[in-house]
Amino acid sequence: MPNFWSDPFGFIIQGFNNLLLSWGWPASTVQVVGDALGAFVLVAGSLFFCLLLIWAERKIGGRVQDRLGPNRVGPFGLFQAVADMLKIFTKEFVTPTGVDKVVYNLAPILSVAAVIMLWAVIPFTITFYGNDLNVGVLYLVAVGGLAEMGIVMAGWGSNNKFALLGAFRAVAQLVSYEVPMVISLLLPVMLSGSMKLNEIVRSQDVWFILSAPIAAIIFFISSIAENGRAPFDLMEAESEIVAGFNIEYSGLKFGFFFVGDFLHAFTIALLFSVLFLGGWRGPGADQIPLLGFVYLMLKTTIMYFVGLLVRFSLPRFRIDQMMNINWKMLTPLALGAVIATALIDKGVSRFLVTLTPVLYAIVRTAILLLANALVLWTGMDLMGNVLERRERRVVAIEPRPVARPEPLPVEPEQSEGEVP
Amino acid sequence: MILQLFFIVIAAVTLISAIFVVTAKRLMHAALWLVLALFGVAVLFAFLEASFYAVVQVLVYIGAIAILIIFAVMLTRRMMDEKGAQLNKGWWVAAVAAAALFAGLLAALGAWAGFQEGPGAAPDTAVLTQFGIDLVDPSKVAIPFEVASILLLAALVGAIYIAADKKGGKG
Repeated sequence: MPNFWSDPFGFIIQGFNNLLLSWGWPASTVQVVGDALGAFVLVAGSLFFCLLLIWAERKIGGRVQDRLGPNRVGPFGLFQAVADMLKIFTKEFVTPTGVDKVVYNLAPILSVAAVIMLWAVIPFTITFYGNDLNVGVLYLVAVGGLAEMGIVMAGWGSNNKFALLGAFRAVAQLVSYEVPMVISLLLPVMLSGSMKLNEIVRSQDVWFILSAPIAAIIFFISSIAENGRAPFDLMEAESEIVAGFNIEYSGLKFGFFFVGDFLHAFTIALLFSVLFLGGWRGPGADQIPLLGFVYLMLKTTIMYFVGLLVRFSLPRFRIDQMMNINWKMLTPLALGAVIATALIDKGVSRFLVTLTPVLYAIVRTAILLLANALVLWTGMDLMGNVLERRERRVVAIEPRPVARPEPLPVEPEQSEGEVP
Repeated sequence: MILQLFFIVIAAVTLISAIFVVTAKRLMHAALWLVLALFGVAVLFAFLEASFYAVVQVLVYIGAIAILIIFAVMLTRRMMDEKGAQLNKGWWVAAVAAAALFAGLLAALGAWAGFQEGPGAAPDTAVLTQFGIDLVDPSKVAIPFEVASILLLAALVGAIYIAADKKGGKG
């Protein structure tokens, strides 16, 4: 029986199982009931946690943009999100005519579920995780694909051209950015030799951000894009396509997309900490699992804060810039990093087996760090050459000396018929 | 017992949605039913304790292929159209071909010894490791694997050629 003070999660789970077993329930039933209850608690907990995330995001966003943020309801405006939640519960569901009922209503649920399903494999402490799947990393990628399904269904089911355009943009972006993300996810897998997330955390004697910095940066950038946040928020560019794929939704259904969005932002930080920042690892975390949870949350909070800073300070990319960054920058760099790491890590481990484990880890990390720096430098140099050779495209008209209400040159009328 | 019940429900969902794929009037609905059918197959893989194949099924078929199909459907003009016959003159040829394929698969699987085995007869990780080794073993499937990758490369080059902006003017 784990000690309550060092491992409260394990204590509660063990206590619960023992209680059911003492009632004479068969062990297999206890397992199923325990799993179902655990899933329910995790989902409900993450949804309530989302309230805090919304408050934090608005408060930090306010500070970055030189505003106060919510400050009226409760201390520091803490209950603003609760008030907003109650308000959104009471709002009417407006269902436009011509929507595809099932598809339209399933889309918001799917987009929240796709995020929460990610939490099933995250190791929160050494002992506390949903399921340590032996294909954990692949599972993360596969579940990410379900979010795209949700967006497509929302865009198509709404029977609205702007929603459809928004969905097109969103899916084009998400599918593209999945490529560098998957490649960068290969590196933690290669370095740890396992796809189990807990195994990846265990093998981070030195954090993987040091032995695979390129992969870490690419993972961070592409997961911001997967989340569809600034500077990658083309899918809900208000000035271009009104509100994007979720334009026809109201009330809680609209809220669901945003619950998914806020939770996703936090989940990205969580995944980054698990994959590259050593997860729950830290002094004493092996003996006292609760400490591991504290470490993980500290790392996650820092990454979440960095994500928010990026979101609130950078302007939106144009769609061609967004695609260029992905295909001409991130994907080749990620491929280069994978090749370099694979070759060097195999070679290094052959020569360094005689060293002590501590020294081995340090030397291996140093060599990989150097290799990464070299790949990054070469890649940037090549990219710089390519960019210099290209002419800059003119995207605006020539500036006019005097502001006059002069009509812009209009191309000849298309044969689309007269406008009434 | 409960597992069997789950299996029956999931198999039924998979089969019924597979039927709807071909009978749905709207092309878009057919695509979405296809997603459900593929998802059912993924769940069946999970039942067989083949977690790798379950996850890859979701990743490749739902995350990539289904999205691609839906894109193609949405870009075709008549996606809102519900009119037009769903069968053409050659329907019976397709029916015969499908029946023959089904019978052939059934015969082939019935003759296979592993057909009667329960899930988890071999540990998942051992099967996966063997699969990974086979993929790079020239006497096993390394050559088909490489041929498939050349095919994909050719498709990529073709796509770039079609999409490329030829004279440097406005695409």
